[in-house]
Amino acid sequence: MDNLRLLFAAPPLSLQLLLDGILIGAIFALAAYGMALVWGVMGLINVAQGELVMLGGYAAYFLYRAGIHPLLGVPVAAVLLFFLGWALYRSVIFRVVDKDLFISILATYGLSILLQQLANGLFGANVRTAESGFGTLVLLGGEVTIAEIKLISFGAALLTGAALLVFLRRSRMGQAIRATAQNARAARVMGIDTDRVYAWTFGINAAICGASGALVAMTWIVHPYLGLPYTVRSFMIVILAGLGNVLGVLAAALGLGVAENFAGFILGAEYQAAFIFGLLVVILVWRRFSLARQRRYLT
Amino acid sequence: MKLPPARELAIPAVVLAFGLVAPVLAPAYRSQMAFLWVMVVFALTWDLLGGQMGYNSFGNILFFGVGMYACVVVQRDLHLGYYSALFLGMGVGAVLAVAVAAVIGSGLLGLRGHYFAIGTLGIGIAAGELASGWDFVGGGGGMVPPLFPGAVGGRETFFYYLSFALAVITFPVLRWLYSGRFGLAINAIRDDEDKAEAMGLRTTQYKTTAWCVSAFFLGLMGGVVGNLVGFIDPREVAFAGSTFGVWMVLMAILGGKGTLWGPVLGAVIFHVTKELFWTYLLGWQRVALGLLIVVIVVFFPRGILGWARERWPERFGHGVDEAASEGGR
Repeated sequence: MDNLRLLFAAPPLSLQLLLDGILIGAIFALAAYGMALVWGVMGLINVAQGELVMLGGYAAYFLYRAGIHPLLGVPVAAVLLFFLGWALYRSVIFRVVDKDLFISILATYGLSILLQQLANGLFGANVRTAESGFGTLVLLGGEVTIAEIKLISFGAALLTGAALLVFLRRSRMGQAIRATAQNARAARVMGIDTDRVYAWTFGINAAICGASGALVAMTWIVHPYLGLPYTVRSFMIVILAGLGNVLGVLAAALGLGVAENFAGFILGAEYQAAFIFGLLVVILVWRRFSLARQRRYLT
Repeated sequence: MKLPPARELAIPAVVLAFGLVAPVLAPAYRSQMAFLWVMVVFALTWDLLGGQMGYNSFGNILFFGVGMYACVVVQRDLHLGYYSALFLGMGVGAVLAVAVAAVIGSGLLGLRGHYFAIGTLGIGIAAGELASGWDFVGGGGGMVPPLFPGAVGGRETFFYYLSFALAVITFPVLRWLYSGRFGLAINAIRDDEDKAEAMGLRTTQYKTTAWCVSAFFLGLMGGVVGNLVGFIDPREVAFAGSTFGVWMVLMAILGGKGTLWGPVLGAVIFHVTKELFWTYLLGWQRVALGLLIVVIVVFFPRGILGWARERWPERFGHGVDEAASEGGR
């Protein structure tokens, strides 16, 4: 609890944590929006979400090693992951889309273990990072510092999200995706090839996960085992925000980023992961009790 | 309780005889075979919730880890003789696991479907992370149980028979539970929880009880495995969500969830396959296992017994499993 006292003694420290949290949050929001998209359209909870983020990070890392600037690596990672997502849908996911939710959760959990172990076998367990070569902004006379790359990735995350929204609103495929989300059967009756829509949806999800992974590789680190925390964060954000609520996703993601940063500082870094998973349980139980209360009023 | 007819005792008798003589026949594989019985208990206790009650938990590993840590802490801190400390520790572990199940069950068991699945996934991993940050139980470095006092190799034999005994106790206890009112109640919860509640079943009570039974055996098994492995790592051994935690689900599904013999069959097949992977695919065994998970879940979601029941329904008409598992259908 010493750190808590420190926080009150030095207000700029809080500002630092707040800013860092917000900048992280935008990246969480990307992966979470992908999960909400897949959940809403296909009725599937993708537990391999975090592994897609991880693979996006590795894509950016290897591009960086090949001499390509990581920022250019972001769209490339997105495109690569789009095809991976498409392939995953065509090989595995389409078989479990209409099964019960537990089977799809378990299948994607299996995929997540598979991808994680493949990454471990192919790339090694070492921690990697893609150096972007940006400097650090110094504010308030040195009391608050922000790595420029965090600001840039914040902007890039928002930009990616906005591009996705425009795609969903304006393009033919976007309209088809939204129609399928509303009612898959009616969409089929209207001549929409829902199988193709699902493949696109999963591919787009993988692509935005890939983009957010590339941003993660630039701002922090990638290693084969970082997947599950991202999945859990996405899941938390989605159940807090609800499906199809873009601003809600963004708000919940920024809030989660801030909460996580403060918890990491106060409890110590070794409990940060425990905090994420503990928070998940708390949110689920809280949600259950608040829903139970609603039910009592309704009846 | 009336003994089942002799015909139904044939398979258990064979299994029992095999279990008793196996370590004598193949002493080199004692610890692998001990793990076979551990896997059987994993699959059976998972199926109590997942198969019979329809609550698919990814967090049952929590009770296993709690039992393991409690047992080794008792062994470390109470300065008793080896065997008394071990059995006391296993008892404490089981009681603690049941207590944990009762407490978190009151919060988590109200969740339905996928929320329950993901929530339990979270709680299993959170426990591992907490344990690895807690210095009293050794933090991330883990703990080492006390040395076995007997002869070299005696440790494996002793813990082999201990885990075998646990598996042998678990099976008839579950069989007895499924054959009575309790079994009907949890099957009713699986088939339609709202309807079961409307019919006057105290669903929360039944659900919590089921979770406590499962936690009891897992807690006991935790103490055994902690000593069998000889080293407790918070993430890899005690709260191993991505290995034991998933395997228990997988074994039950592979054998056929919601049946009594399915989890046993699934555990045997899975364990043998896993050991073969470990022997012949060293380095890529975990990749192969991940692939196996996907293949099993995608192509055999009904499991071996589920498939056999569809194929030869008449043979299951009076089968061993039917009375226990087919409550409502």
